[in-house]
Amino acid sequence: MSNYMVNLKINNIPVSVPEGTTILDAAKKLNFRIPTLCYHEDLSVAGNCRVCVVEQVGARLLQAACAVPVSEGMEILTNSTKVRQARKHIIELLLSEHRADCTECYKNGNCELQDLAHEYGVNQHLFIDLARKRNYTIDRSSPSIIKDDSRCIRCQRCVRTCDELQGVSALAVAYKGDHQKISTFFEHPMFEVVCTNCGQCINRCPTGALIEKTYIEEVWDALNDPNKHVVVQTAPAVRIGLGEVLGYDPGERVTGKMVTALKLLGFDSVLDTDFTADLTIMEEGTELLTRLKKALVDKEPVALPMMTSCSPGWIKFQEHLFPNLLDNLSTCKSPQQMFGALAKTYYAQKRGIDPKNIVSVSIMPCTAKKFEANRPEMRASGYQDVDYVLTTRELGLMIKQAGIDFMKLPDSPYDSIMGESTGAGVIFGATGGVMEAALRTAYEIVTGREVPFRNLNITPVRGFEGIREATVKIEGCLPEWSFLEGVELKVAVAHGLANAKKLMQAVSDGTVSYHFIEVMACPGGCLGGGGQPIPTNLEIRSKRAEAIYAEDESMPLRKSHENPEVHMIYQEFLGKPLSHKSHDLLHTHYKARKRY
Amino acid sequence: MTDVQAILEKVTTKYGKQRSALMPALQAIVKEKNYLSDEDIVAVAKTFDLSTAEVYGTATFYTFLDTVPRGKYVIRVCKTISCHMSGKDEIIEALQNTLKIKVGETTVDKKFSLLTANCMGWCHKGPVMLVNDDVYPELTPQKAIEIIQSYQQK
Ligand code: SF4
Ligand code: SF4
Ligand code: SF4
Ligand code: FES
Ligand code: FES
Repeated sequence: MSNYMVNLKINNIPVSVPEGTTILDAAKKLNFRIPTLCYHEDLSVAGNCRVCVVEQVGARLLQAACAVPVSEGMEILTNSTKVRQARKHIIELLLSEHRADCTECYKNGNCELQDLAHEYGVNQHLFIDLARKRNYTIDRSSPSIIKDDSRCIRCQRCVRTCDELQGVSALAVAYKGDHQKISTFFEHPMFEVVCTNCGQCINRCPTGALIEKTYIEEVWDALNDPNKHVVVQTAPAVRIGLGEVLGYDPGERVTGKMVTALKLLGFDSVLDTDFTADLTIMEEGTELLTRLKKALVDKEPVALPMMTSCSPGWIKFQEHLFPNLLDNLSTCKSPQQMFGALAKTYYAQKRGIDPKNIVSVSIMPCTAKKFEANRPEMRASGYQDVDYVLTTRELGLMIKQAGIDFMKLPDSPYDSIMGESTGAGVIFGATGGVMEAALRTAYEIVTGREVPFRNLNITPVRGFEGIREATVKIEGCLPEWSFLEGVELKVAVAHGLANAKKLMQAVSDGTVSYHFIEVMACPGGCLGGGGQPIPTNLEIRSKRAEAIYAEDESMPLRKSHENPEVHMIYQEFLGKPLSHKSHDLLHTHYKARKRY
Repeated sequence: MTDVQAILEKVTTKYGKQRSALMPALQAIVKEKNYLSDEDIVAVAKTFDLSTAEVYGTATFYTFLDTVPRGKYVIRVCKTISCHMSGKDEIIEALQNTLKIKVGETTVDKKFSLLTANCMGWCHKGPVMLVNDDVYPELTPQKAIEIIQSYQQK
């Protein structure tokens, strides 16, 4: 943006903004909110819905505030009668093609279209209801996502999300005019196309046209079944997101209240995915060191850089787009799936419960986790390891359904066993977190000393830059790791699949060389996951990241290898990292899928 | 598959692999094969490094880029306002009766498909139909039937 300032008036108030600013942003500066539907801060401007129209004094036509840049001397009215009428008309037209039975809609109460209809007091019956005359399809094929065309206003936010943020383009605009629709390739079911189930399109859809597939009723049934022992695990990013659904501003840490609420909902044991995040670090850290040893000492062919495997959207992305790099993925299951496999084995044994009576539920910031739990590989315990996956949003809804006054709840600690965690587990929720946690542990294993960063905060891998890289020089190795002496460990971190795609292309082409790469499918990492509260934007994601790092610093233990329950499980059950049992329960394999 | 590759080969040597060459590529395939199959779209997506959904979206945007198999002769009757006023409905009815198919369908012998299209710029001489690339203006139901019969003989 240029330094040149443009002076204009908005609703008669003078303002000066840098050249190139849109009318929308200039108005925001004066605290005038202009309604938008197709516009989204994270995406390019489409300018197709026209709901943001404003009046420019002296101009014949109304202007789309999201698309038109300011000009010198401009006088803008954001709320004139002409503007209000035009907007009302636009909303009414949208509704005439929309199946607006809000009471049956999952987005009821959190829908941008509904809000605008309310604000503008629309009279839907002025127009013929076209929605019912169409043959709409509702695609329920995916275990993660429901795509309901009858509620689509064709704002194309999803199309831009999938293309610009995720580099997948599973969705595109097909046909034109009144036949226009958002479509997959040949209108194939979502389950059969390249969709990664990341849910980023859900986070940005202003209506109920893209939503997660919900399993709330199944979970209520399990909770109400006296013969079932229902365990729940909560992912790192849920505790810093859930508050937003229940009345808090973004960035509130509600860990203790969330645990209390889950107990009130009737879960028999409230446990922590952070525990298996710590376990992941032990397994994955050891895997990395083993691969490095093979490469450096044994000179065996081994796939490097190794890549993290906690993000199931990223895994499916790799399976579709870069099947040539599947060997580079760590074989570690995600923390959710490690937890699931252990809940019906280790936990069941220790608690003396028949695993067939255990229902394992997880609360995730993620929609791809629903897909992951349903993968055929994820039945290591002899049962489906994780039975139901709920998003942060679904948990919020359950807490509301139960009539729990969340903000007034006291804090509770997690149950045991498998409830103990460290700050390293918590930061899995932010992009760069797995890398940081792994470095904290791996460096210490190899040298016997803490990572040489102030207060354990490995800041070079933090932040929201799309692709970040860092080098950690390993010095003063313990004797058994002497082969790593002086090695400069090169790592990279990417978040958002469009960034991952760039990085993978570079790895594929051999133009970059790293030892270890962390990828999270979602912008910001899990804290920006497809199951997190809506809306999302950079400011909200930054607040959540601050909360994650604050949570980390507040923990008495901040290194995965110091987690006492992790020690215990190796002693009592697993033996050591990468043991035979670990392989059976905690590791997996991947399969190539079609890119086209 | 190979024939699509050959077509794509030709187009990309001429226009390159930029997105701007996508339309010529799709047109060339439809010209040769009458429609774009699943596999054709996959081949195009690969060539232009696009997703299949994107190519499908582009193809469906243009009425002339069919994504379902069509007959040897594709009849498109203009359905826009001028032709509508000058009697396109009667033309369509006559064609439906002669060919024993409805709009959107293809005859069993795969010879004819009957479709409608948007304005072709012949409004002053409506009603208008296209048979493949040939334009037939100022139609009457009788004229339309005769034209079709002439194609039946071909
Ligand atoms: S998408 Fe919004 S407006 Fe439409 S039915 Fe759902 S809540 Fe109502
Ligand atoms: S599915 Fe949602 S985001 Fe996509 S075009 Fe429809 S309303 Fe917009
Ligand atoms: S879930 Fe992700 S990959 Fe699938 S359509 Fe939505 S944005 Fe694209
Ligand atoms: S928000 Fe400006 S045109 Fe849609
Ligand atoms: S209206 Fe039929 S050609 Fe223009």
